[in-house]
Amino acid sequence: MKRLLQNPTTLVGAILCVIIVLGAVLAPWIAPYDPVDQSILDRLQPPGGAFLLGTDTYGRDVLSRILWGARISLIVAVTSIASAILVGGAIGMVSGYIGGRVDLFIMQVMDVMLSFPSLILGLIVVALLGPELVNLVFAIALTAIAPFARIARAPVLSLKERAFVEAGRALGFSHARVLFVHILPNIVSEVLVMGSLWMATAVRTEASLSFIGLGVKPPTATWGGMMRDGFEAILDAPWLSIFPGIAILMLVLGLNMVGDGLRDATDPKLSGT
Amino acid sequence: MTAPILEVAGLRKYFTVVKGFPRPVKTIVRAVDGVDFSVGASEAFGIVGESGCGKSTAARAVLRLIEPDAGTIRFAGQDVRAASGAALIALRRRMQIVFQDPYSSLNPRRTIGQTLTEPLSVHGVARGRAAKDQAAALLEEVGLPAAALGRYPHEFSGGQRQRIGVARALALKPELIVADEPVSALDVSVQAQVLLLLKDLQARRGLAFVFVSHDLSVIRWFCARVAVMYLGRIVEQGPVARVFSAPRHPYTRMLRDASPIPDPGKRGVLPRVVGEIPSAAAPPPGCHFHPRCPRASEICRTTYPAWDEGDGHGTACHHPHVD
Repeated sequence: MKRLLQNPTTLVGAILCVIIVLGAVLAPWIAPYDPVDQSILDRLQPPGGAFLLGTDTYGRDVLSRILWGARISLIVAVTSIASAILVGGAIGMVSGYIGGRVDLFIMQVMDVMLSFPSLILGLIVVALLGPELVNLVFAIALTAIAPFARIARAPVLSLKERAFVEAGRALGFSHARVLFVHILPNIVSEVLVMGSLWMATAVRTEASLSFIGLGVKPPTATWGGMMRDGFEAILDAPWLSIFPGIAILMLVLGLNMVGDGLRDATDPKLSGT
Repeated sequence: MTAPILEVAGLRKYFTVVKGFPRPVKTIVRAVDGVDFSVGASEAFGIVGESGCGKSTAARAVLRLIEPDAGTIRFAGQDVRAASGAALIALRRRMQIVFQDPYSSLNPRRTIGQTLTEPLSVHGVARGRAAKDQAAALLEEVGLPAAALGRYPHEFSGGQRQRIGVARALALKPELIVADEPVSALDVSVQAQVLLLLKDLQARRGLAFVFVSHDLSVIRWFCARVAVMYLGRIVEQGPVARVFSAPRHPYTRMLRDASPIPDPGKRGVLPRVVGEIPSAAAPPPGCHFHPRCPRASEICRTTYPAWDEGDGHGTACHHPHVD
């Protein structure tokens, strides 16, 4: 942990993430206005003055909407990637451990899933099931299962050949014990690094789906939805798109930086130095 | 030899390798091709041979860490190959393994305490405090302080790790230990310490050993009887002293003469070792050793020699050396 934050890039990433998480958690208290409260008199106010980041076409405060929108982005990113890690990680581990034809079959199914661009797969799912938060999470999780299955499988392939796994079998341990007590702790760090990177992708996918109108229904504030709304008035009120865009950029950048740092910090070749 | 605790007969393990595209070619590697031996209670039995002769495969097949294709394995009268479920788990408690590589044999993410107490709790031998006390006693038995319990494998040297591996193998109080090249990954000075430890444990606990090694001097020192393997088969078997002082099989003779003697007075010309060990996927017809054998004749090229048990010092050779 200490080594993790010694890297300046990681530190910056962590600070960005912390700011956004704090903003999302504290939104009810720090947001200056109600995010869905419309005020016709204050339509399209430029940034500054009473509205720090301006107002949109319905006179809603952009800063408040960004803070509340961070909740949606984070909930979607965390829950979708957490479920993808659980499902994909389990599939990959078991597949790699069993090996042989079963492994071959499962991994080819995963390859088929992998061949769909995540946005397209998300689009299909949301279009079929309807634009609800749950469906959005489901769609993003579905696109991330295959990469996590791959990431979890690869180290299992080499770990299961190690003597300590054989020792476990010689000691009469069950396969479940060998897999979850002995192999799992050795792959957690690799999977988590991947998780932080994929959370950034989830934020982007959510924003993209919201942008094309397949995200969470209005008037709930989401970053992608705000960009889409602002896009219609981009020439008159550029701040409507720019600020949510910056928010997305900050979170994606922050998560990527933390992910890179995690990867370096858990690299065994760099440990002990 | 005392009453045998382990009896192995006709043990066979073939590996199938499928390679090539578009027409896959199937090759069968005869890693272990009909091996018979038995180990007495508290006896150290050695298996020696070059790399790839199948000695490790044979040892692992005895524990069913590799599932053998054919043959019988009896441990204390019980059929090991027929055991499954609870019976197999009960058998596993009684035979354990020590590995060659002390680095991969311990889980890097688990403390020594966790590694040593886990078998105890899984088998319901001891839990909590009692398990910890037993683990500490095991460490002491292999010459490590109890303080090591809270530490991780990377904090130990190769020799210390090997001691921990031995302690883990002892945790369930086994009667037989399969030691697969237990010292060949260690420095020579550390080798001696670990060998002394194993010898001491053998005497104190009355352990039987199947000791796999390529190092003749280690086998000579540790074992009472030895089997020499060549390409999946045992070519000579008997008491260590007799096998190495008066080898019957030309291969054993070649191995012995290639093994250096640490005495400058006995300096001599090392014999020329002819050829490489052939692939177990395509062993030569007849006696597997004939292409490298100085005594080979016509019959060696066509017929595999029958096993001649002799007087407890047996060999499979058409033209054995006679004492």
